[in-house]
Formats: sequence, C-alpha cells, structure tokens
Amino acid sequence: MSAFNAIGEEREIDRDEFTPGVEPQPTWCPGCGDFGVLKSLKQALPEVGKTPEEVLTVTGIGCSGKLSSYLDTYGFHTIHGRSLPVARAAKLANTDLEVIAAGGDGDGYGIGGNHFIHTARENHDMTYIVFNNEIFGLTKGQTSPTSPKGHKSKTQPSGSAKTPLRPLSLSLTAGASYVARTAAVNPNQAKEIIAEAIEHDGFAHVDFLTQCPTWNKDARQYVPYIDIQESEDYDHDITDRREAAEMMHETEDVLNEGTVLTGRYYVDEDRPSYQEEKAAVGELPDQPLAERYFDEDAEWERSYDLLERHT
Amino acid sequence: MSSDELIWRIAGGSGDGIDSTSQNFAKALMRSGLDVFTHRHYPSRIRGGHTYVEIRAADHDVQSRGDGYNFLLSLGDSFARNPQEEAYYGNEEIKPLSENLDELREGGIIVYDEGLISEEDVEAIDLEARAEENDWHVFPMDLRGLAREHGREVMRNTAGVGVTAALLDMDLEHIEDLMSDAMGGDVLEANLEILHEAYDTINTEYEFEHDLRAPEGSHETEQALLSGSNAIAYGAIDAGCRFIAGYPMTPWTDVFTILAQNFPDMGGVSEQVEDEIAAAALALGASHAGAKAMSGSSGGGFALMSEPLGLAEMTETPLVLVESMRAGPSTGMPTKPEQGDLEFVLYTSQGDSSRVVFAPSNIEEAYEQTRLAFEIAWDYQLPAIVIYDQKLSGENKNVDVEFFDREPQPDLGSTLTEDELAEAAHDASGKFKRFNHEGAENNVVPRSLPGQKGGRYLATGNEHSPVGHISEDPDNRVAQMTRRIEKLENIREELDEEHESNQTYYGDDTAEYGIITWGSSHGAVNEAVERLNDDGHAVKGISVSDMMPFPEAEVTEFLESVDEAMVVEMNATAQFRGLIQKELGRFGEKMTSLLKYNGNPFEPAEVVEGYEVNLADEDREPTAQVRIEPAAGD
Repeated sequence: MSAFNAIGEEREIDRDEFTPGVEPQPTWCPGCGDFGVLKSLKQALPEVGKTPEEVLTVTGIGCSGKLSSYLDTYGFHTIHGRSLPVARAAKLANTDLEVIAAGGDGDGYGIGGNHFIHTARENHDMTYIVFNNEIFGLTKGQTSPTSPKGHKSKTQPSGSAKTPLRPLSLSLTAGASYVARTAAVNPNQAKEIIAEAIEHDGFAHVDFLTQCPTWNKDARQYVPYIDIQESEDYDHDITDRREAAEMMHETEDVLNEGTVLTGRYYVDEDRPSYQEEKAAVGELPDQPLAERYFDEDAEWERSYDLLERHT
Repeated sequence: MSSDELIWRIAGGSGDGIDSTSQNFAKALMRSGLDVFTHRHYPSRIRGGHTYVEIRAADHDVQSRGDGYNFLLSLGDSFARNPQEEAYYGNEEIKPLSENLDELREGGIIVYDEGLISEEDVEAIDLEARAEENDWHVFPMDLRGLAREHGREVMRNTAGVGVTAALLDMDLEHIEDLMSDAMGGDVLEANLEILHEAYDTINTEYEFEHDLRAPEGSHETEQALLSGSNAIAYGAIDAGCRFIAGYPMTPWTDVFTILAQNFPDMGGVSEQVEDEIAAAALALGASHAGAKAMSGSSGGGFALMSEPLGLAEMTETPLVLVESMRAGPSTGMPTKPEQGDLEFVLYTSQGDSSRVVFAPSNIEEAYEQTRLAFEIAWDYQLPAIVIYDQKLSGENKNVDVEFFDREPQPDLGSTLTEDELAEAAHDASGKFKRFNHEGAENNVVPRSLPGQKGGRYLATGNEHSPVGHISEDPDNRVAQMTRRIEKLENIREELDEEHESNQTYYGDDTAEYGIITWGSSHGAVNEAVERLNDDGHAVKGISVSDMMPFPEAEVTEFLESVDEAMVVEMNATAQFRGLIQKELGRFGEKMTSLLKYNGNPFEPAEVVEGYEVNLADEDREPTAQVRIEPAAGD
C-alpha cells in the first residue's frame, strides 16, 4: 500500500477544491494579473486530473509568492528566488508528486536567475510559472529585470540604462523543453497553456504576463495580444529550435513596443526529463525515495557493509 | 631510541601518490596490530608543492600526531621542475627533504631519493653536519632508478616502502597483501619486484646501526582505518540519509564525494548543483517531500546556506548540514584547519536560532554525532549542524570494526502516516493543523508529507498560523516562536537523560586545574593531559561537543570543580571561551585561553607548554605559534 494515497487518485475533481475555505483571502490589488494565474491553475488542475493533495506548489517571495497560500494544494512558500531548488528536490525525493513552482520576474529572473538557468538546463520535470509584470510589486514599484529600457522608478529615477532580460530565449538556450508565454488578459489561452505545461514531461517554463495596475500602469500587457498559433502572420514550427529562437527574438524585441505575442514558442516532446536521464545512468531509484521510508520490506544498506575497503 | 612508537613521514609533491602510498602503509601497520593515526599536510595546488603524510603507530591508543616524528621518507617533488614555468616554480626537488628536517627527532632516520634529489642540493642544505648533530641515520637511495628498471618511475613509492620495511625490520606480508588487493597483473608484479629489491638492497648493501623498529602490535579484533569524513558519511548512511546535495569546496568535498559514490548502489540520490544556496535548498525540499536529506560545505559555502537554514527553522523542516571548517576569513587557507567558524555556525541567519550544533572531536564521535544529528533533527523538526574541521576531516585512525555493527535508522521521526493523519487536528475547512501549538508534546507537532491524504498545509518562511497561513497576530507569533525556541530545552533534557554524554572527560578528576577544548583539538589536549599527569601534575580535561543546546550543567560542574581552567582552541578570538561565558554567565575570571591559528593543528607538547606557562605560572613566553589570552579582568 502506498504511503501517499492522494497521488494518482482517480475521481471527479471540482475546481472549488483548490480554493481555501474562509481564509486566506488574496491580498492582491483589485485588477491584479495574479488573479488570472490563480484562476487558470484552478481550471487547469482538475482538467488534467490532479487532486489538490498530490500537487506541491512551491513559490518564492513577492505578490506572486502568495500563490501557494491561495491555491489550496500542499504548499511551500520559500524565500526570494529559491523556489526552483526546493521544488526540484521535492520532485527528486518523490517523483510521483506534481510539482509546480512559481515566482515573479524579480524573484525568478533576478535573484533566482542562476537556479532558473540550471533547472532549465537539467530539464527537471516540473512546471515553472513566472508572473511577469515587469516590476517589483510588493516592495512598491522598483525596476525589475524585465522592465523596459528607460523605465523610471524610485530606484532608477533617470530611467533604466539596462536592456531587459529575454526570459524565453534564456530558458530555450539553457535547455527547457517547453517554453510558452501567456497573459492574464487572455484566460482561455492561459488555462490551455498551463494544462499543457503541467502535462509536459520536462521543464515547462511559462512566462505569464500579469498586469500590475498599481505600480506599472504603463506596461504593455494591456494592449491586445496576438496568439502566435492562431495568426497566419506568425507561422512557425514550435518543435523547431531554430525557428522558436528566431520567433522569441523577434517577439522579445517588440514586447515593450506595442505588440504582445503569446502562445507556445517551443515544445520538445522527445527530450527526456532530468528524472529519466538520472534514472538511466542509475542515479535515481525506481521506487520514489520518499515511499521507501514507509516500505517495511525495504532493505537498508549499512555502513558496516562498506568497511571492507578500510580494513 | 625507544621503539614504543613509530612516526613515519612520507614527503613529496602533490600528485606524487603520497596519499595512496601512505594509506596502504598505515593499513599494513594497523594489520600488524598497531593503533595508527594519520595526519595530512598539503598545499592548495593540484600538482607539485610540498606535501606530506605522517603516520603515527604505537601499541597504545593514539589520538593525535606526535610531537615531531622519527622516520622521513623523502621522495623528491617530481613536479617541481616544470620546463615551461621554471621561472615560477624554480627548482624545488629538494623541498621534500629540506622542508621536513626541523621536526625530525634526534636519532631519526632519513631515506631520500637520490634519483630526484641531487648531490649538490643536499650539500647546499648541510645535511651531513645536521645529521651528525642530531644523530640522524641517512640513507640516500636511487628509488626512481630502481622503479624505472622494473616498471615505471611512479612506482618509486613502492621502493620507498620496501626500504622503510627493511630499516624497521618489518615483515612484508601485510604490504604484499594490500598491494594484491589494490592491483593485479603486470602492475602488481612490477611493484612486488620493486618492493623486494628495495628491501634486499638495504639489507645487503647498507650498514645500519639505528635501533628504531616498528613496534609490536597487539590488537585482537579487526580494525578499520578511516577518516572523519568517512565517519560522517557513514553516520549519515546509518541514520537513513539517502539524499545529498552539494557544491564542491575543500574540505567538505570529501563527505560529499563519499556519499555521491555510495548512494547509487543504495537507492540514494545525490545532486551536485549550481551553488550552496541551491544545495541547502535542495536538501530542504527533499526533506519536505519525505527523504532524510543533508547538505554541507565549508565556511564560504556555508555562508550561502544561511537563507535555507533559516527557512528550515521557520518551516520546522528537518535537515542536517555539515560544516567543515578551514582557516578564514573569506577563502582563508583552503587546506589548513582552524576552529574559527563556531560563532558563525551558531548564529548565522536572521532571527533567533533554533538549531542543534554538534562538534565531534574524533572519528568515533563524528560517526556517532552525525547519526544523532539526524535523529534529533527528524524527531524535533529543526536543522542540526555537524561542525568539524579540515583536521578531523582528513585524519585517519583505526576503529574497531564492531563499532559500526549496528542497525540503520531510516526513521522519519515525528512524521505521520495517513492513518495517523486521519486522527490529527484539522481546521473547519479540512486543512491539517501542521503547526498546532496547543498540546504539542516536547513542542513538536508531527508533520504530514506532500501526497498524503488529509495532510494539506502550507509551509512558509513567514510567521504563520497553525495551518500555515501567513499571520502577524501577536498572540500566535509568541506561541509559535516560543514553541520553536523551547524545543532546544526539550532536546537538552533528552540528551542529558537518554543519551550518553557527548562530552569527554579525562585526566585526574580530583585535579584543581582544568583544560577545556572542543572539536578536533581534543586529540592533542587529551594526550597532553595524560602526559602532565604522568609527570606528576594534577590536571583534568573536558572536550565539549554540544555547542547548541549547550551542556550547561556539565560545563558548570567542571568549572566549579577547578581553580583555574585553560580553554584550548584553534582560532584567534577565543570563540568557544566566549560561548561558555555567554551560556553560563560567569567563570570569566577562571578561564584563560591557549590559541593557535597558524594553519597547523595543536601538538601535545604545545598544550603542555601552554599549561606550564599559563596555569603553573612559569615565568616565560610560549612559542610564537600559539597565543595566550588572559582571563577576564587580568
């Protein structure tokens, strides 16, 4: 018998199950794009057949970090920028868990940038949603790694001299096998992409454009977006790395200039996930490690067996 | 010269095989029934540079390197001459001979490799005169040439061992056995030929009159020769640890490597990751999901772990971290020991600390206390840190094999099964009251694991309510904070009542002078106390291992029983003495310090000297390499 019976349980799942009871109520500002992420997750999870208890939501710090409070799954609200290392280890320790990591653009692309590159490189089987509102929200409006060049804020009063980071190109180059961008202003697409990302076997990076009506009124996320899969003007093969890279480049150049393109940019179903690669070289056990502690028949090697080389 | 102990030093360049040769020779001595202790000295360099390993072997317990040594096998640094970079490295083949003479005892033996060390160089260092003065017995031999004739130059180490065995009148049996275990075919054959020829050459072509012999050993039970790093890794394995994440850094890398190499066969998971913040965060994530996990580093890497460490405290996630100290500050001296990170490990990370810190003082304690760290961390849901240093990490000592013959303990401590979870407290909306401070036994609330039915909760680094909601309610804050901090008192009680003391006592328990130490300085202090008592002084010693929670009662009792005490530690600011004063709030006037921070561990004679100058009030200065810090108010 499994020690983790919530995992893989097959039953009808209501999206309300993912909403906490009386508290906590979201403290996000009215009109915040973060509501859009929460909603798309609540819709996507029942659709892909996940029960609240088999999902672990790991978040960083900031407005986005509160997702794990408002989405009623198992949750780990970690520290600024560190959601990915916590999340990927949870997945390695219990490969049956559905692990979703989330954070903001400052959290994920700034302070957590190193973890982002390496998690994408290794292609850990998890979903990573970055709430990208091009601003530090909870600390009240400072410039973020995705803020446009020239962006003025209290900490960059003369306008940022920095070119914004290109998150999609970055994760593609690093090795992510699913790269998409969606926006809170398009809930239908967002739900579909989140569902796909969860089902994807490998590192699924979703750059989720979320408007910040309080601190970033100028941001372009309000302009009408174009779904690149639905527009004939932007025909590209999402399984082709080179085409995906070109498309990203083009898009990320104009992101702050008026046109917002969203959709799937790159999907590689062939690249094995890190968990598969690690199992293939014999460094990941077949039985999830966490299960083994509850398995009465498990054999535990002891150091005494290793002493021969020391005698 | 008496042969009650042999201290054999093999010197050469890094990369010359000094380590593996000495390891095998130490084992041969151990197999002959002797107690052995090894000390390794190496530069922070891949190849070349002066390095040595010392093996102390005696028919009695050996806890430390001795004072000086009595047999030098000097191989010559084969990497010293680098044609491309001669201007930089210069000609330093002589170094393994010239750098080691100061500590060689009177009547000692020197074997050096004439094949690598030139006659002119030897003349330049005036070896002949010094040998006469110190009654050294010098044996120049072309070890390189001998090795080259039978196999390859690199086998000159084997020739050196053969010469050693002949000069000490040792049987070659154990050495041959160990060689056959390690190699085969032509390589083994060549090595055996070299071993025998070297052995015979000394016996037939050289005359020798020295009376140094390998001591006779008397162990009856099987012994294992292992390092502090081995012991920590094995303690973790036996505690049920099967997840490790790390980033390489000397000297912590040893523990990391041992577990990384063993885990695949044990169903464990090991991850080398991008940095130490990630490493500790991974261990935390794995523990949260239900694995017994650890990480670790040395000072600089441990600095990066302070964030995840605090998060483990706040989320009450069990975790074991090991911190292998090297000399600091900053990158300091990568391959040299120091006990300078104590305060850092006790208090690093924001807020009040709720963590356990153990500082094992020898190989056995390293195993024992690592095991205990896992037990306490998982029972009480907090991080436990094992702090040790480069000395303990790298030294090897024999331990009775039976010591390790015990059952693994893959117990997840205060973690609920789904059946137990069904009975546990939930809030109105069905969320598990993971942090329910009401009725928590020993201040611990048993936890659930992600994927379990009925156990949903939020772990967060923010202050939180019983179900894990972020909360700044003052009453809740006080209740949660108090509960987390008071665990330390419960742990102290458990350690006092249910475990054998982690503190080690030695010497004359009626003595009015005390010596207090912690961690790896224990070996030298222990031996010094024994020596002082043998010489008619009355001295008692205590080695303290529990850094947090502090063994208040034990240390108070010790300090109350003496008139004066000397605290011995390897750092410049008397950190441990400061901890004692902070924890006990008194005894400042009773304690002086003996401090050493030159990169080398204490030798027993230095501690004896410290006692004489410090406590017996001899009117002289101690040697320049140690410092005495007077008692408070002096």
